Amino acid sequence: MDLRVNLLGYTLDNPVIPASGTFGFGYEFAEFYDINCLGSISLKGTTLEPRYGNPLPRIAECPSGLLNSIGLQNPGAQKVVTEELAKLGRVYGKKVIANVGGSAIDDYVQTASEFNNADSVFAIELNISCPNVKHGGMAFGTDPKVAAELVREVKKASTKPVMVKLSPNVTDITELAKAVEGAGADAVSLINTLVGMRIDLRTAKPILSAVSGGYSGPGVFPVALRMVYQVKKAVGIPVVGMGGIMTAYDVIEMMYAGAAAVMVGTANLVNPYACRDIIASLPRVMEELNISSLKEIIGRAHNG
Amino acid sequence: MKLTTLEVISNRQLNPRTYELILSGDIPPVKSGQFADLAVKGWFLKRPFSIADCEGGRITVLYKAIGGGTREMAGWKKGDTTDALVCIGEGFDTSACLKPLLVGGGIGAAPLYLLAKEFNAMGITPDILLAFRDKEEAYYIDEFKALGNVYLSTDNGSLGYKGNALEALKYYNLEFDRYYACGPLPMLKAFAEYSRQGQLSLEARMGCGFGACMGCSIKTKGGPKRVCKEGPVFRADEVIF
Repeated sequence: MDLRVNLLGYTLDNPVIPASGTFGFGYEFAEFYDINCLGSISLKGTTLEPRYGNPLPRIAECPSGLLNSIGLQNPGAQKVVTEELAKLGRVYGKKVIANVGGSAIDDYVQTASEFNNADSVFAIELNISCPNVKHGGMAFGTDPKVAAELVREVKKASTKPVMVKLSPNVTDITELAKAVEGAGADAVSLINTLVGMRIDLRTAKPILSAVSGGYSGPGVFPVALRMVYQVKKAVGIPVVGMGGIMTAYDVIEMMYAGAAAVMVGTANLVNPYACRDIIASLPRVMEELNISSLKEIIGRAHNG
Repeated sequence: MKLTTLEVISNRQLNPRTYELILSGDIPPVKSGQFADLAVKGWFLKRPFSIADCEGGRITVLYKAIGGGTREMAGWKKGDTTDALVCIGEGFDTSACLKPLLVGGGIGAAPLYLLAKEFNAMGITPDILLAFRDKEEAYYIDEFKALGNVYLSTDNGSLGYKGNALEALKYYNLEFDRYYACGPLPMLKAFAEYSRQGQLSLEARMGCGFGACMGCSIKTKGGPKRVCKEGPVFRADEVIF
């Protein structure tokens, strides 16, 4: 039984990657299990300067998921490269994906460049879809022209393959996918969170200090699956699928839709063992579905 | 910290809204101030509760049934089970404190019970100031009296001194070399402004409860810190309100 997949020139032992923002810089989870079972890790979104993010509350519960408005809290690119990657390197032996955010093209370019000499990073994931930062973030991910320009500039500066994380908060996600592919993106990952809000029934005020936040969790899975299917049809570059994956069955379904690998996000927050458990049950689920190699099922839903 | 399944031993109503939940299971040693994150059927996120007591493989959680999740918990019966993360966070620091003052506001008194027991084990009888909205909200008074010198206040004067916790501290003329406060944010802020010689146990809406999501990060003089990981107990002089 072969769980391996290829992504951007790197062979993953399995397609399961914890999604950015739900796994910190990885080492927190090493307290729970040996994280070397993971295909790779997408690191916490990193910006050029350190960011505190939004005031509390940043979390609101929803049916089948949660809203977050963290606002890209991170210690800044230099500290991530010098300290966080070193800490992770002590407990994780495989290569990782650096997730890069920003509020201007220059920010993105400089932050991505900081990782040029980081050997443990095999790809950059460009976050042009964060709904929780005021300037930039999602703004770069909703206008195809702006997104394409950003990707062109980052591609010039980065020595790593560049994957672009797309927002579902658009009329047609395939327009964005095609625009970044045309600008030289090496892959796309989708979906980021869906913008939502909750109101406190006792105070009649929004629960989140930022008023709205990003909705994620199993409730978004069908939306994510549909978008991965559409984008797979629209572009030739690899598609990494995410959005509400909770089980090994969800992984297979997402790969059928066209995902070359998957990211697991919110599941980590409700069960710290989620990724380990999903990976452990993949062989059993593959056997049940008569799958001998995961590589072969990518995009199977598009056949015939 | 550990993910485990706990079984309900008892779930007793203490006053119109406050309950005492005793859970048993594979529970590592608990330090006062640490918390447990309990899963509630039908709700996506676990709920964080400070651990009020820990003895012989059992923990006690005191909670107020105010939202959908806690109202669901109020219906838990003996033998029901819950998935839980236990022993999370950094607890109270009891070192080098000979004259502690424990200050609880409302349901915030819960973690002070285990803290008072820890001081008793060190041969210290703490002063314990418990502030409630009114007499109806009060709980565990006799339990606390067994561990220390209890002083009471209520907003409406229906029990003890009429006034808030800080006013009561001044009224009772309580002295301390360190105070330990847990309660509503305005109370903690008032104490931090009154004296830096204290430790504050904070509350936050959490995502994961173990440091991954950054959902509960507060600002401190030492940079952002997570209520669930570096907290929930912080030094009064480090928190930026």
